[in-house]
Amino acid sequence: MTPTTLTPTIALGRPSRRNLLGIEELSRAAIEQLLERSRHYKTRRNQLDPKLSETLLGKTIVNLFFESSTRTRTSFEIAAKRLGAHTVSIQAQGSSLSKGESLVDTLNTLAAMQPDTIVMRHAASGAPHFLSRFLSTPIVNAGDGRHEHPTQALLDAMTILEQRGTLENLRIAIIGDIAHSRVARSNIHLLSKFGTDLVLCGPATMVPASLATLAPGITITHDMRRAVAAADVVMMLRVQLERQTTPIFPKNEYFQFYGLEVDHLRLAKPNALVMHPGPINRGRELSNEVADSRSSVILNQVENGLFVRMAVLERACAEDSQ
Amino acid sequence: MSTLIIRGGRVLDPAGGFDAVADVWIENGRIAAVGENLEREGAAVLDATGKIVAPGFIDLRARLREPGLEHAETIESGSRAAAAGGFTTICCLPNTTPYNDSATVTSFIVDRAVNRAAVRVLPIGGLTKDGAGEQLAEIGAMKEAGVAAVSDGDSSVMDAALMKRALRYAASFDLTVLEHCEDANLGGGDIHDGSKSMLLGLTGDPVSAETVILARDVILCREASARIHFAHLSSAAAVALVRQAKADGAAVTADAGAAYLDLTVEDVVPFDSNYKVRPPFRETSDREALIEALADGTLDAIVSDHAPHTGNVKMQELESCPPGITGLETAVSIAIERLLHSKRVSLPRFVELFTSGPARVLRRDDIGSLTIGGPGDITVLDLEREWTFDAETSLSKSKNSPFLGRVFRGGPAATVVGGRMVWRADSGLEA
Repeated sequence: MTPTTLTPTIALGRPSRRNLLGIEELSRAAIEQLLERSRHYKTRRNQLDPKLSETLLGKTIVNLFFESSTRTRTSFEIAAKRLGAHTVSIQAQGSSLSKGESLVDTLNTLAAMQPDTIVMRHAASGAPHFLSRFLSTPIVNAGDGRHEHPTQALLDAMTILEQRGTLENLRIAIIGDIAHSRVARSNIHLLSKFGTDLVLCGPATMVPASLATLAPGITITHDMRRAVAAADVVMMLRVQLERQTTPIFPKNEYFQFYGLEVDHLRLAKPNALVMHPGPINRGRELSNEVADSRSSVILNQVENGLFVRMAVLERACAEDSQ
Repeated sequence: MSTLIIRGGRVLDPAGGFDAVADVWIENGRIAAVGENLEREGAAVLDATGKIVAPGFIDLRARLREPGLEHAETIESGSRAAAAGGFTTICCLPNTTPYNDSATVTSFIVDRAVNRAAVRVLPIGGLTKDGAGEQLAEIGAMKEAGVAAVSDGDSSVMDAALMKRALRYAASFDLTVLEHCEDANLGGGDIHDGSKSMLLGLTGDPVSAETVILARDVILCREASARIHFAHLSSAAAVALVRQAKADGAAVTADAGAAYLDLTVEDVVPFDSNYKVRPPFRETSDREALIEALADGTLDAIVSDHAPHTGNVKMQELESCPPGITGLETAVSIAIERLLHSKRVSLPRFVELFTSGPARVLRRDDIGSLTIGGPGDITVLDLEREWTFDAETSLSKSKNSPFLGRVFRGGPAATVVGGRMVWRADSGLEA
């Protein structure tokens, strides 16, 4: 009797040290290094530098998106191409198990073709973390469920840094459905490592008390005016109707209590920044006036996403030094 | 037939109030005598000096996956794992394919167990058809075919009126209803609801998912003049409700899963499905409340909660992985470490939790004791034996356990079913 033959024999790969799975486990120094490289790429954006397109020459990067995405996928693709890498983008439909194949087997099949990096997005929290235990190919997390979206936090940090010159001693309000937001989690981890004062705001169904334990420096309020008071940055989150299986708020009154309007900005610091990970939902999360105001740095965020992803792909594809 | 004398161990029979160094003589599959210096010509002798000799251990909660999911476990493989874990009787939940909601499936399990199983297997019948919580299953016919209890396995009947009817109906056949307490709307989470679920972006499973159903069922069982058994409780709040219900005279019993005596949400490795169980591992205060309740009599039994899974289903993102871990081979050792070595529970009480405790839940007086003339089922324990739980040597077909690689101090030394040695620590399964 050999019952073990029925157990899948998955070769446990050595998890790559070049993974970017989340911000939580990154050191402040590693974040600063990535931001530094991002800035480096940004300063060269208008120069015809042939070396730039040789950085990842001959490398193959697979973009594996189990959840639809236009901007993040495009941003990763352009970043890879600017650095000279080959890219293959795969839009996977639904769970791989529906085709009778496990997620590990799907990834193992791809890994057998020896890409240099796999960029993946998945609707389930922890999917890339789970896979990283079985694969030695570096994985870059392009968003996992409600857990982390590390490149979004890096591009947000880069944008704040450009506008404010520092990430330290700032008061940053994050407003919206934080419990279900991977953008918020990654931002909270990143900003907390720089000693930022974080004010989280939304109804208690979106901002439960247990969020306060996520990182040091967090305060929680359910009052929008209190949240934006004296803020240097107001980060609005997208209201993710598609991520809620059961409604956690009456959607018609959301804007009335948690939408950002020009009046709110008068309570914030002068020249406070308004940020949003996009796509924005005018009249749901912020008013037209705010979206189009000079405070809004939403398009700067999108632009910086490209440079951050160049830096992240460069790190993922780097040869191991030992 | 053969004769076996288990010599020189500390014989502990909580049901009979016996606790002394003695020999146990088993003749023709039945207990013939318990006493000093028993001799019988031609008898096989098992030296149990320095060991504990107890009535065969009973597990109220295992999933054997046969029929239908034989790649994960079979009655044969699961019963072998049970033998290696020191159990002589195991109850198997109805969640097979097809679901055990008919005399046909029950008979299949009974027959298969007779032909293939290393230990006694008692099927548990479904409470409702297909476990769907909509219509009563054929409980009477299943009782005649051999079910030991009824249960909807790993879900609660959400319709309270149907649950009350089911409790009444099962009571007319003198069958205990084993209930997994989980409100379908509140529950279904991946890990305990709290700061860790928030940190990892996972769906939290709150204590209320368990207590809301438990409290409802206590009310229903009193109104229905029936009895109910609450399985694998996870929280201090649930234990408190059971304690109160017992004090109020309700006909309730309850158990704890062995793994819950060891692991808490702190131990959960992020996104590792070997830590995904339902109810989830909760906080240290919950684990301590379970241990206390086992000591003070609030809880009546410890179960393996054996839930083998293999193949594609565990190679998924966590939210798609079914909950559950194997348990038959580790339950007794975990309990020895957490209850005996830690001096939280006395040895007689410990034995009771695996023998007369679960026997009472099932209203069986033919198992769980060393009654003369009763079945010769014996579990011999060695409280000091060091051993490693290893995927290579595990007898379950599935390897989904957070305890793989763990070195235990203490465990079963030998398992005897009907006078036949089925497993020994030093030589493994008997042919």
